[in-house]
Amino acid sequence: MANIVIDRIRKSFGTFEALKEVSLTINDGEFVSLLGPSGCGKTTLLRIIAGLETSTSGDVLIGGKSVIGLPPKERGLAMVFQNYAVFPHMTVYENVAFGLRMQKADDARVKTQVEKAAGLLHIEQYLDRYPNKLSGGQRQRVAVARALAVEPKVLLMDEPLSNLDALLRLEMRTELKTVLQSAGTTTIYVTHDQTEAMGLSDRIAVMHNGMVEQVGTPVDVYNYPATRFVGGFIGNPPMNFIKVPVTNGQVTAGSEPLKAPKETGDEVILGLRGEAVQLAPLPLGLEMKVRVAEPMGSHLLLTGSIHDQPVRVILPSSETVRSGDVIGLKLDPNRITWLSPESGKSFPAATAR
Amino acid sequence: MTNNRSWIPYLLILPSVAFLALLFLVPLLQTMWLAFSDNGLPSPANAQRMMADINFSRSIRNTFLLTLAVVPVQLAIALVMGTMVAKVGRGRETILWVWTIPLGISDLAAGLVWLSILQNSGYFNSLLLGLGILERQASWLSYQTPVALFFAIAVAEIWRGTAIVMVIIVAGLNQVPREFKEAAEIFGAGPWTRFWRITLPLIRPALQSALILRTVLAFEVFAVVYALGGRNFPVLVGEAYNWQNQNQNYGVAAAYAVLIMIISLAATLIYLKVIKVDPERLP
Repeated sequence: MANIVIDRIRKSFGTFEALKEVSLTINDGEFVSLLGPSGCGKTTLLRIIAGLETSTSGDVLIGGKSVIGLPPKERGLAMVFQNYAVFPHMTVYENVAFGLRMQKADDARVKTQVEKAAGLLHIEQYLDRYPNKLSGGQRQRVAVARALAVEPKVLLMDEPLSNLDALLRLEMRTELKTVLQSAGTTTIYVTHDQTEAMGLSDRIAVMHNGMVEQVGTPVDVYNYPATRFVGGFIGNPPMNFIKVPVTNGQVTAGSEPLKAPKETGDEVILGLRGEAVQLAPLPLGLEMKVRVAEPMGSHLLLTGSIHDQPVRVILPSSETVRSGDVIGLKLDPNRITWLSPESGKSFPAATAR
Repeated sequence: MTNNRSWIPYLLILPSVAFLALLFLVPLLQTMWLAFSDNGLPSPANAQRMMADINFSRSIRNTFLLTLAVVPVQLAIALVMGTMVAKVGRGRETILWVWTIPLGISDLAAGLVWLSILQNSGYFNSLLLGLGILERQASWLSYQTPVALFFAIAVAEIWRGTAIVMVIIVAGLNQVPREFKEAAEIFGAGPWTRFWRITLPLIRPALQSALILRTVLAFEVFAVVYALGGRNFPVLVGEAYNWQNQNQNYGVAAAYAVLIMIISLAATLIYLKVIKVDPERLP
């Protein structure tokens, strides 16, 4: 078990800056996701931690010891790859045993460890088979078992579920959480899937354009996005952004004035989660023109506009709103994120905590 | 509807089947008949005559020795070249292009290139004289220097025939996803272990093809040997050529041809058996 300190890591490919001074601390036993769209640098960062890629500058410390310049095998880590990378010419047993064999563990220890890891991931019945005969989900179990068998200080996972179909992904996600909770290994998990990141992580580092935009618990990142990017990337539907004028330090939403943060100028962006609203009668509520109403069963999804700006809101399925209706919405002042139109950053002081 | 079109596939492969039957199968049967007949009757006379010849055992020994010396070295060199070029980023294509130049040269021309290097007044002797290592021209390719001659032919064959092995190996290496090597690296395998335990087993099909192709070609070695050693270094195809052209005995030449075919087939079967490619163990 070990903590990881990523200290001002930079990485350039020619003139392209893949990582621009990324710093991040991951506590011992913590599960942290690197979440971001493709090309944000999350996989590059993971590969630098693994030692498969060199950084242009900066330092990585695992358990307080700098590992920059050390080969992967001396970093005390294990990794699960997106396309599993389970060796096709070895049986499942030999795959799971691979790391232990490389450590020259004796046969008795190999056997105990392989059986333990295989038991955790329910692949005992496949140990004699070749990976080619296994499904994608089973192969990924083998890859995870191979990683856990060496009892690594740090476990790195690079989009491990993205090659699986939706149903299997959900199942594996739950199982992965159970397995990793019991193992207590420090884990870094790269994904572009926000539901994976939300569901699995102790904390999420949201990355964008080679920078970490925000680090926080899933709930914090969801409720209090630090930037417009984070709000727009996380949540389904994404956060709504409505630009409104500020008069006398106040913003009018319907007939109800909202107190804007002190730092705002003439305009401010209201970051509004789709479900942080209630239906309200019209002059009182904020006016929304509903273009499409989609009853989803569990909720009612409305797409339309507020102040001519596109929004998506979610109401309980008990409400009856039809396409073309004009409705009033009452905003929950505690769940509004105030964002600067210039920097796209939120005003932290005003955001209720 | 698909049923009454079932003849289309057969029609489409008919030209190639006819082509092979006409230009391969018929001559093959004719050669076999030629080898095992005498005056229109089946007879082992040609085979007996072949085996009784003074050059028979020498040509078999030489051909096998040459194959044993050349093929493993070519495979090793091709693996080293393939592994090296895999690490190259820019200029990779150019390097591969240069390396495959010998492929574009006919084997007789390749033999003549090496002859111009190794003959008495050749570049090699000039170099050694220039450096003061030799005091007078040395002979490398005569019947009095069989070891030097063997080495010269082996080197020329290695120079000429390694590229085809390398091309197949490089194609095989390209098929191995990077993640396999990275996973091995993460789990503690050094470069040597990665090569032996991961890369080599994963390019088994390419190894098998390269070895079969290269070995069969090595058993058919002729022009390079002929250019460098003439009749000082008898090989199987060379003997077939001599019986056909010098001795005008088509029967014994055919017997040699059949023998070469049997050896090639046997080598192929051995490779298929030894380097078994189990589809279950492929990516």
